[in-house]
Amino acid sequence: MSNFTTHEFDVIVIGAGGAGLRAAIEASAQGVSVGLICKSLLGKAHTVMAEGGMAAAIGNVDDRDNWRVHFSDTMRGGQYLNNPRMAELHAKEAPDRVRELEAWGALFDRTKDGKILQRNFGGHRYPRLAHVGDRTGLEMIRTLQDYGIHQGIEVFMEHTVTRLLMDGDRVAGAFGYDRELGRFRVFRAGAVVLATGGIGRAFKITSNSWEYTGDGHALAYNVGAELVDMEFVQFHPTGMVWPPSVKGILVTEGVRGEGGRLVNKDGRRFMFDDIPDLYKNQTATDPEEGWRYVTGDKNANRPPELLTRDHVARCIVREVREGRGSPHGGVFLDIAWIKEKLPNAEEHIKKKLPSMYHQFKQLANVDITKEPMEVGPTTHYVMGGVRVDGDTQMSNVPGLFAAGEVAGGLHGANRLGGNSLSDLVVFGKRAGEYAAAFAKDKGRGALDESQVNDAATEALSPFDRPSGENPYTIQHDLQDMMQERVGIVRTEAEMAAAVDALGGLRQRAAGAGVVGNREYNPGWHTALDLANLLTVSEAVARCGLDRQESRGAHFREDFPAKDEGHAHHNTIVSRGDDGSMRVRREARNPLPEELDAIIKEMG
Amino acid sequence: MPEGTKVTFRVSRGDAQSSEFKDYTTEVTAGMVVLDAIHQIQAESAPDLACRWNCKAGKCGSCSAEINGMPKLMCMTRMDTIDTTQPVTVEPMRTFPRIRDLVTNVSWNYEVKKKIKPFKPRKPDAEDGSWRMHQEDVERSQEFRKCIECFLCQDVCHVLRDHHKHAEFAGPRFLIHTAQLEMHPLDTEDRLEQLKDEQNIGYCNITKCCTKVCPEHITITDNAIIPLKERIVDEFYDPLTKLFRIFKPKKKG
Repeated sequence: MSNFTTHEFDVIVIGAGGAGLRAAIEASAQGVSVGLICKSLLGKAHTVMAEGGMAAAIGNVDDRDNWRVHFSDTMRGGQYLNNPRMAELHAKEAPDRVRELEAWGALFDRTKDGKILQRNFGGHRYPRLAHVGDRTGLEMIRTLQDYGIHQGIEVFMEHTVTRLLMDGDRVAGAFGYDRELGRFRVFRAGAVVLATGGIGRAFKITSNSWEYTGDGHALAYNVGAELVDMEFVQFHPTGMVWPPSVKGILVTEGVRGEGGRLVNKDGRRFMFDDIPDLYKNQTATDPEEGWRYVTGDKNANRPPELLTRDHVARCIVREVREGRGSPHGGVFLDIAWIKEKLPNAEEHIKKKLPSMYHQFKQLANVDITKEPMEVGPTTHYVMGGVRVDGDTQMSNVPGLFAAGEVAGGLHGANRLGGNSLSDLVVFGKRAGEYAAAFAKDKGRGALDESQVNDAATEALSPFDRPSGENPYTIQHDLQDMMQERVGIVRTEAEMAAAVDALGGLRQRAAGAGVVGNREYNPGWHTALDLANLLTVSEAVARCGLDRQESRGAHFREDFPAKDEGHAHHNTIVSRGDDGSMRVRREARNPLPEELDAIIKEMG
Repeated sequence: MPEGTKVTFRVSRGDAQSSEFKDYTTEVTAGMVVLDAIHQIQAESAPDLACRWNCKAGKCGSCSAEINGMPKLMCMTRMDTIDTTQPVTVEPMRTFPRIRDLVTNVSWNYEVKKKIKPFKPRKPDAEDGSWRMHQEDVERSQEFRKCIECFLCQDVCHVLRDHHKHAEFAGPRFLIHTAQLEMHPLDTEDRLEQLKDEQNIGYCNITKCCTKVCPEHITITDNAIIPLKERIVDEFYDPLTKLFRIFKPKKKG
């Protein structure tokens, strides 16, 4: 029997970003004991990087907004592959979740009459994003953190979970280690909430940190949970492209929300050249109308820079491929031009986009109040994730819940900016509530020592190979390969080659070795993360192969158009009895009458 | 700095008991920051070199270290701002106990925060549970809420760094945390006694080192600590107020 400490809770939450914190707070409020496990220090999770804002139809800036418009915008943005129940609940409950954050101390920017200010963002018909300059994610995570620490939740910082433990077909807990000393921990729990975020580290150019290794996706998949929509990976159109060491760092959509325009090397505002039919009647016909929109004219339509992220990213790729890009392989994003329109433009930009100002000034020597930025697409978000029930957030594995980016369904084929922060709190709360109810109702499952021993042996195996391959090299090769073959533009041949290459990488990962001991050893941690990265990469590639059309974030050069034949199913991934990955299509149910009527009405 | 220069990094390695400097030479290219160099060293020659990082964009405050003796975020320190003709020293923050290499145990900070009386809002202004606040009224607290909890201000504060008053003094990070609560337009709690007797704000003698190292450029001393000190003087040491206190209720709200 390996040496480990056991902790017992009614509910454990894995991940302490917005969704995990909100889930833990809710479960605790339901009167159950809660353990919150996170890979980093509390308050450092990826939510902290969210910039633009949190979408909620509170209608403070435009009173024509309501949940029905938000619902239809979310569905349109997701190309109607979204889980409609989740899109409905999200649109209905986001306003309450914003007000709740304010009640817990969040200080959003204000309108002139003292209400929460809302800003424009891509794909949202009305100004809808509650925000704090361009650091909304920090405000959210700090508010939840500062409230959460007084709710009796036990927090395990810098702990990584490597396996879920099962009792028959229900979840019974989790196995992991602490980073500090590498000691093993067993968490026995009645219910487990996954809130581990995304998979961005599977790609080379990404806005995501080291934590984003698809842990929750893989943990769930390994115990029989289904994943949905894994072909849909969002490439945010605007990441930094220069200098090389900052390539991929996010440039908020808020720049475009404040009037930033995208231009190619010839100075052409190329976003006006290609406007999708689905958005023709909502898009400005000329730059003047676009400017009126961003400055609050209710009769104007949005500029094409604020079309959905999938479309903007592809337009940028087109410009670069056809030789009209910027010197370092991107395009220009110009906010400085607004000085033609505003007398105090410099001050306005620094006020509205302070982090962007500092980020470019410090990392790229660019003053965004005077010069354009160079930007290009960067891996940002995975729409796909653990398939959950829309109301309860429970997966098909009893007792296993998922919320936030690790859960699939809300965003369909493409997520709208601002819908992530609201997703975190709306479904974090729901997951916490239903996980607590499950734990109360069913109690804790039994621990199986053989599973614990297997997990411990597996976790220690890299130490048996001190001369094994450097895990960093394998991770870099995986990221290069995925970027190259399963990136923003995909083909059958490339993705098939990726699946083959993943087989080879898997073999190399099994031979990865580490030097040093178990104490805060990043080489060891990287070696253990590889298995999860490989699993999610395979899911993305296999689902991408299966969807022989272009829709939302999934763009196939060999099938460049949307295909009605693929419009009515979601792609489901599961683990076969022999351990191999299965992909199947599942027909979508017709929309409930009420929701269908909304979509027809909003056009 | 010409493209592809070889630079030597003198990295402090070890644990709480013992440590030593080890030299690593790696190639520095255009636009690189210190954190990139550390990652490169991990990949090339020291896979077990421990460092904390997350966002790599100055937003999460994880990668605090002392670079050539200066407390900085490794992710925001460009190599072309450093003299690379000499070895570049990289050490962990000295104010906190070391776990391993560049990683320190900062858990003390989390304990200090937990002791501060939490936010307590007044009753909502509107029926939907919301409040009305004006932008100019929220801006004071917003400045302090920019804090990314990198703890560089704690690292450089001599009350903690040199005098080790961790048990008695909250440090600049938590003085601005208290300031944002106290100056929050909705808050009704009173933390002055706590500031005076538990956080011992009086230990701060306004050398402003914390303000100088803040990567978020928060004016910690002028905008947070000095106004709080003034409030304490008004509340506890002003003879006239002392007299009035006999007649007024102790807590507001």
